[in-house]
Amino acid sequence: MKSPNLAASGAAAATERGLLSNGRGKTVGTLFASLLFFGLSVAMLGLAWLLVWSFLRAQGRLSWDLFTNPPSTLDIESAGFRPAILGTLMVMAFVFVVIVPLGVGAAIYLEEYADRNRWYNRFIELNIQNLAGVPAVVFGILGLAFIARGPFGLGFIPLTASLTLALLVLPTVILATREAIRAVPDSIRQGSLALGATKWQTISRQVLPVSIPGITTGVILAVSRAIGEAAPLLLVGATTFVVFDPELFNSGYTVLPVQIYQYATRAQPEFHDLAAAGVVIMLIVLLTMNGFAIWLRNHFDKKRVG
Amino acid sequence: MDLKVQSKRILPVAVTGLLAASLAACGNSDDDENGGGSNGGGELSGSVVADGSSTVAPLGEAAAELFMTENPGVQVTVGTSGTGGGFEKFCAGETDISEASRDIKDEEAQACADAGIEFVQLGVANDALTVMANQDNPVDCLTVEQLQQIWGPDSTLSNWSEIEGLDADFDEELDLYGPGTDSGTFDFFTEAINGEGGVQRTDYNNIGEDDNSGILGVEGSAGGLFYSGYSYYLENQDRVKAIEIDNGDGCVAPAEETVQDGSYAPLGRQLYIFPSDQGLEKEQVRAFVEYFVSNSGEVAEAAGFIGLTEDQEAEALESLDSIG
Repeated sequence: MKSPNLAASGAAAATERGLLSNGRGKTVGTLFASLLFFGLSVAMLGLAWLLVWSFLRAQGRLSWDLFTNPPSTLDIESAGFRPAILGTLMVMAFVFVVIVPLGVGAAIYLEEYADRNRWYNRFIELNIQNLAGVPAVVFGILGLAFIARGPFGLGFIPLTASLTLALLVLPTVILATREAIRAVPDSIRQGSLALGATKWQTISRQVLPVSIPGITTGVILAVSRAIGEAAPLLLVGATTFVVFDPELFNSGYTVLPVQIYQYATRAQPEFHDLAAAGVVIMLIVLLTMNGFAIWLRNHFDKKRVG
Repeated sequence: MDLKVQSKRILPVAVTGLLAASLAACGNSDDDENGGGSNGGGELSGSVVADGSSTVAPLGEAAAELFMTENPGVQVTVGTSGTGGGFEKFCAGETDISEASRDIKDEEAQACADAGIEFVQLGVANDALTVMANQDNPVDCLTVEQLQQIWGPDSTLSNWSEIEGLDADFDEELDLYGPGTDSGTFDFFTEAINGEGGVQRTDYNNIGEDDNSGILGVEGSAGGLFYSGYSYYLENQDRVKAIEIDNGDGCVAPAEETVQDGSYAPLGRQLYIFPSDQGLEKEQVRAFVEYFVSNSGEVAEAAGFIGLTEDQEAEALESLDSIG
């Protein structure tokens, strides 16, 4: 990995020198840099505003009760999110289990095996890109018609939610994984093949290990999107009032976004504070999961270099 | 490729497998979604699945909570698919109880009949559909006729001064807020005021299912007008005011007494649950429904609604006895 870095820094240096030698170029460069920075700050300020608002609103409600207690209408003061937190973790764990093999598998096929001259491969590719833009609620209807009812008939259980969300985010994983695989220089493949490795050995021992950081990033993005979805889950049975812990094959589960939405639309202001506390919890859950994924990525990154 | 390197590469797969196994272990349970029932004579167990109106959900949740403290073996879940969505699942045999903020429609009843699902309609609480206005609005009372002028499907009124026969002069632009067309509240209001369910002028601020944004709208707009459940008014009395309703016998304000004695008309309404015959065959469902109806006062108070009158409660219990 040393030579690409060298090349990149060389290119950067050359660009900088080019800008410096030209006064107008410098102004334009500064202008664009500040425009880009402005774009970044709009995003960050929006997030910061949301966080500050949630924390202020949730103040006084933040306690372990939120993690250990079930929701309650009678006793709002000690109501918590326990079933929703467990439901979210369970649903997400299985989204992960489904999307990693399927998404990576599909991407490997499309990048390494598929013959792009065949119409069906181009058709599949086009469809995956289109699927990434389909609204979430459409996947909810799909999940309702084919997974909860219909051919699969799993019923309104957490596994149904996992499969529905997996379908929703699969395109994200496939696209990210393809990018990661495409970024592996062909010389590595050719070197491996030249040394007598089979195609599968080349993919599994050379291409995939190098692509893991890119794949992990895709999976993080996908899971982060899935964790915030409420609309499709309402259709496949994420009920709003559940006081017991969820079970994978049992109906009666809920997830954090659904619970937050339900609290936010209540009449009593105490529930609105609770909803804000839910936002904070969701953030904690999301950051913990992402943190773990990033740790995993760095772990593999280090191993590859070392 | 020694064994050590191989095992490291397998690690993520192994972790995934472990995760799956441990979660699957959590999934082990003795009662599945439709199973349960009671084990022997005493303790009730099993599940009760209720779904439907988001307006009725707080009632269902309060009832479920009270019921489950007495019957810890029973698992009650309450969903909020909306009155229409609730009936759709109910008639597909997927829920035991459907919660509704209006009567069942003919086509919904037909769907249930086609699926062979019989049901009974039980009142569980009273609600006053409350018309709310800005606190600076001098108008205190509107007749049903005037509400129709404002909300009717052909209405083009855009200013309060255009309303005929107002009890006060008010020159301010009308700013209308109302629930989404899927809501049972919308169906009930349009039926009661415009004479036909689902018919209403369309150029209003559609707040969907989020009643709090209607309150927010009326609070910030001098000519604002909004209708919603009584609990939203109760919680926001310092922000909006309730308009009294004149149904020909003088102005009546929404309140517990006026709803229970029927004088708050035509916007006083009952909220319902519809248990199915199949559901009621399960002991825990029947016990829950009985509990819900006979403790309606306590349940309604906890959820911010108005309890049943004694007559209504007796009627509901009688209907319950008539099925199963």
